[in-house]
Amino acid sequence: MATTALFFIFAGIAIGCALSLVYNRNPLYSAVSLIGVFVALSCIYITLAAPFIAAVQILIYAGAIMVLVIFVIMLLNLDDDKPYRRLGYLYALGGFLGIVLLAQTFFVFWAVTKTTKPAVAGAFKAEETVGRTMSIGTNMYTEYLLPVEIVGVLLLMAIIGGVILVRRLSQPELELVVDNELARRNEAEEADDYRIEL
Amino acid sequence: MEPSLATYLALSGILFTIGAVGVVFKRNAIGMFMCIELMLNAVNLTFVAFSRYYGDVTGQLFVFMVMSVAAAEAAVGLGIIIAFFRNRVSVDVDDASVLKN
Amino acid sequence: MELLKQFFPLIVSAVGIVVVFGIVMGVVAYTVLAERKLLGWIQGRIGPNRVGPWGIMQPFADLLKFILKEDLIPDKSTKFIYFLAPVVAVTCAMMPMIVYPFGPTITSIDWGFLPFGIGQGLHALPLVVARLDIGLLYVLGITSVGVYGIALAGWSSNNKYSLMGGLRSSAQLVSYELAMGASVLGVVMLAGTLDLSEIVSQQTRSPFKWYIIPQFIGFIVFLIAAFAETNRVPFDLPEAETELVAGFHTEYSALKFALFFMAEYINMFTVSVMCTTLFLGGWYVPGLSYIFAVGSIPYAIFSFLGFMAKLCGFLFLYIWVRGTLPRFRFDQLMNFGWKFLLPLALINVILTVIIVYLVN
Repeated sequence: MATTALFFIFAGIAIGCALSLVYNRNPLYSAVSLIGVFVALSCIYITLAAPFIAAVQILIYAGAIMVLVIFVIMLLNLDDDKPYRRLGYLYALGGFLGIVLLAQTFFVFWAVTKTTKPAVAGAFKAEETVGRTMSIGTNMYTEYLLPVEIVGVLLLMAIIGGVILVRRLSQPELELVVDNELARRNEAEEADDYRIEL
Repeated sequence: MEPSLATYLALSGILFTIGAVGVVFKRNAIGMFMCIELMLNAVNLTFVAFSRYYGDVTGQLFVFMVMSVAAAEAAVGLGIIIAFFRNRVSVDVDDASVLKN
Repeated sequence: MELLKQFFPLIVSAVGIVVVFGIVMGVVAYTVLAERKLLGWIQGRIGPNRVGPWGIMQPFADLLKFILKEDLIPDKSTKFIYFLAPVVAVTCAMMPMIVYPFGPTITSIDWGFLPFGIGQGLHALPLVVARLDIGLLYVLGITSVGVYGIALAGWSSNNKYSLMGGLRSSAQLVSYELAMGASVLGVVMLAGTLDLSEIVSQQTRSPFKWYIIPQFIGFIVFLIAAFAETNRVPFDLPEAETELVAGFHTEYSALKFALFFMAEYINMFTVSVMCTTLFLGGWYVPGLSYIFAVGSIPYAIFSFLGFMAKLCGFLFLYIWVRGTLPRFRFDQLMNFGWKFLLPLALINVILTVIIVYLVN
């Protein structure tokens, strides 16, 4: 009973925050909404008896990834997203595709729950240890050792890639970039002038 | 009484759809990145829900892998966004349509 | 009746939370006073001494001042986030409270005297609100969310000093979080659990079982990273007053400022609890079990006092360092965190792995 109530409260928060993420044009508002989704999902994981995943969700998503995102938003000082008036009908099309996708997702899940019965209704009561740190740790370093190693290598690659992507440009490189940008802007302005003349 | 598996899956489906629609609607790269994170989270929710209802820990391990991949994605993705911003002074994906310069 | 019986654990938890909240708030209020007094003595001054004898009513006077001051809101600020930031900061500071193990389990009380027989079959009263299987991860996770309070405050104030403070703090906290997480890994490996109460009970045989002895490098790294995580001197760059006015809370006044202030001191309390619990045996006082029976009430009381004494030792260290050390420069801070502290913590992890492998 309490679990159900908690689930619906946090599900409501998650959906509300997700909608606000899409609706807000200011990237920082979107980011704060997304943090709300993460926190609500973490609470839902606790109702699913997965405390370890809940803690890791907060630690990795809210504590690391979103801090990075907010840091980048603050650093770049981004403006609001400008609405794209010229292609207004595309929004309607996008909304329609969204509804189709939702229907499709629901159909797939409906089929899944229909065909395969959960092992036993009370199975998870007997398996109280499933979400515990110990069971996750043992499984991770025995049965799933190879994926863990692969993920480790992937993270290393990501670190190296990140460092190379954002390294400080040398002076000649920087000048080249600025020159190119200026040239591009001049061209754009000339094109605009040309268009106005027409 | 506990919510049934179908309830969790429904929530996951709704979140996934919102994320997917967001990717279509958003025009700045960071917004799209965040919507993709939302979709990944929706998938994580299905994994955890199935893991709970089958009493099997595999689903939760998958979630762990997905989170690691999301972290890697964040590092590289935000790196690309910063590099792009340095060249174009914008993070609008429409400005990324030229290969020249 | 059955309903009451069902909700009895909830009521116990609620009472526990209120008591813990009171303890933490009391300690925090007097930490502020102690800080001002001690800084005064270190600098050859007297410190606050007007409100009450020796100034002991000063925290309440301060609180009254914060409540009564005018609450200024910058005109160009982002209102919602401007309000949200101090709330996030103080909530994230308070949430770890529930897993602090304040003392041993009291087993000698018979709860049969409670009305309606709700206390039947209850004997143990652990001095911890919630014993979580993932206690340590919970604390690390919640404190890592606390960054948003500072970062959002810096962004929403629409002030360049605030923004610089917010940027500095998010970079600093993320960097030092890594070192902090890596430094506790050694303890987790030795203890084989993330449950804080279990970690303490493994250190309760003798003081030589305290994890500070096998994990001395981890302890040092944790202590230094904790200074950085709480934005204290010598790592108080987010609020460096000589360069950034007051950093991220430049635009905050009255009660909102008080919330940030409180969050900082509660965070100090949290990391002191973590230091005590992980490395110094928590509530264990050597030799106490020879005087009182384990599980009796006086045993619990003296264990609690021992815990508080260790805690206050760390709080004193914080204040002492603040009165002694100058501030780092930002590039020095980053170099120190990434090129010295993190490798040191990783070396500690590797050494621990080797030792654990050889012993087993």
